[in-house]
Amino acid sequence: MDKAVIETVDLTKVYGNVTAVDRLNLTVGQGEIFGFLGPNGAGKTTTILMLLGLTEPTSGTARVGGFDPAREPLKVKRVAGYLPENVGFYSDLTARQNLRYIAELNGLRRKDAEAMIAEALEAVGLADVADKEVGKFSKGMKQRLGIADVLIKNPRLVILDEPTTGIDPEGVRHILDLIVSMAHDRGITVVLSSHLLHQVQEICDRVGIIFKGRMVAQGSIRELGMAMTGENPVVIEAEVTEMKPGLVRAIESLEGVRGVEVRDRVLTVRSDRDVRGEISRAAAEQGVLLMGLRTQDYGLEDIYLKYFREG
Amino acid sequence: MAAVYWKELADYCGSWRFFGLVIVVGLVSMFAAYVASETVRDSIATNPTEAQFLRVFSAEGKSLPSFLWFVSLFGPLIGIIFGFDAVNSERNRGTLSRVLSQPIYRDAVINGKFLAGLTVIAIMTAGVFLMVSALAVRQFGITPDSSEIARLICFYVGTVIYLAFWLGLGLLCSVFFRQPAVSALVPIALWLFMTFFISMIATFAAETQHPVNQYSTLDDWRKHDNVELTVKRVSPVNLYFEGSEFLLDPSRRSLESFGVAVAQITDPESYGVFGYTTVSLTQSLKLIWPHIVVLIGLTGICFAASYIRFVKEEIRAT
Repeated sequence: MDKAVIETVDLTKVYGNVTAVDRLNLTVGQGEIFGFLGPNGAGKTTTILMLLGLTEPTSGTARVGGFDPAREPLKVKRVAGYLPENVGFYSDLTARQNLRYIAELNGLRRKDAEAMIAEALEAVGLADVADKEVGKFSKGMKQRLGIADVLIKNPRLVILDEPTTGIDPEGVRHILDLIVSMAHDRGITVVLSSHLLHQVQEICDRVGIIFKGRMVAQGSIRELGMAMTGENPVVIEAEVTEMKPGLVRAIESLEGVRGVEVRDRVLTVRSDRDVRGEISRAAAEQGVLLMGLRTQDYGLEDIYLKYFREG
Repeated sequence: MAAVYWKELADYCGSWRFFGLVIVVGLVSMFAAYVASETVRDSIATNPTEAQFLRVFSAEGKSLPSFLWFVSLFGPLIGIIFGFDAVNSERNRGTLSRVLSQPIYRDAVINGKFLAGLTVIAIMTAGVFLMVSALAVRQFGITPDSSEIARLICFYVGTVIYLAFWLGLGLLCSVFFRQPAVSALVPIALWLFMTFFISMIATFAAETQHPVNQYSTLDDWRKHDNVELTVKRVSPVNLYFEGSEFLLDPSRRSLESFGVAVAQITDPESYGVFGYTTVSLTQSLKLIWPHIVVLIGLTGICFAASYIRFVKEEIRAT
């Protein structure tokens, strides 16, 4: 990981007697896509607001792009783009006028601004509706306009809060592609908050899972998966043409195997190590053909659910 | 802040609410001025004294109230209409969090909105004043002299300050209440109270403090009147009305409305029986200085409160 763009130390936010974010430690490196996961109300948005200086932390510190958002919010906002959940636009203005306002608020000169606006609209595929009123846009188009909106200020870092909620699959595809191209082509660090695991799994380099205001796990999906299998045995599924008791006994007698479950023609083998080779040999010796043999990978969903059950 | 200001100004000027208001305000003020001009025409014929021109703004018709009365009563609605959804509509549309995540100070948003609203109100008021003046010139063929123009300008500034107070109140409510319906109704309720109920309370207070009847002495009447006035002055509507009367009528020279009448009777030497002695603009301004200061102060309080609340608030996009 390169230099950290976001770094928080024991970031805490208390509302009344509810602790929304509890001693959160988070690190996001330059140029990576970071998935910020958690159920609704886990404290994702509150954390984001603190990162942008839109609300003050109760205790703890954060550094975003080298600045403290509580003390220098303007400097943070200059380098960080934020696409809020339920982003809103002035519906009586056109897409271009909406972006022009944001460009003015960022103090861009008119000439540069027009070029930036045209480029951003082109990048999100809205160039042909640039002069249409935003009130007539679909939700997916608005969300894409939101991405154009954060690109205007040429940010180092972009924080997207639930960018794909309530959008049709094609629209989601488009937005995810945009996010990936933002990170890879422009070198922008992306923080993506979501509870939609498949999307996160697809595009994120690393994820952090937040639950009840606490960061319960942080790392790449592979790392988190390995952390899980470290505690649990390897699970192998084998499908055979015919179930023979001899085969089950043979597998059970293999070294490291803890248990075998049989359901129809599928064997589920729990083992301390990967015994796929031995299983295929045993099947051959028993005169049974193997139709399938694979280890069960831990997807993000399993990782996520595991932390939920523990939480 | 300039960006916010120009954007808001463009928004106001392009909005339907602005068009509607301009039409309504234009019609009402022309009507009031026309009615007043009928009254003034009669009095010019019989009594061609000074400051007749200004009377177009303050004279009542036979059955219809004056221009000043219209402004003091319905002007607040203009301020409220421009202010009541300034902040919460942006919050509800989700544009507020987008705007505030740009590198601008938060107060720039609220300053820009207030100034834009104030500009629109100032332009609108100026237009109405010019229209009424033009009508007066056309109707009587008299032009205002320099002192009348000076008084008119003061009246104009006072009117803008008065409307700015209501704009500030609307803005304050738009910061405090999320629902535009609530933020519209609260200032309207205050307006109702300040215009209608305060007079009833004032009368009641005067009756209980210093009851009068037909046998009461002048002094009792005077005390009675003063209590009523004092209570009425709680309301910015009455402050504005009273202050403007002094600006528009140079013959008024005492804050006790009753005092003048009493003095005319008890001290006819200095007032003359049909006493018409006038005071200079500086004198009038001195008399109503407290009124002006209080109005500005109230505007400042509204603005400061919304400011403090807004800057400290957490902006969530929901």
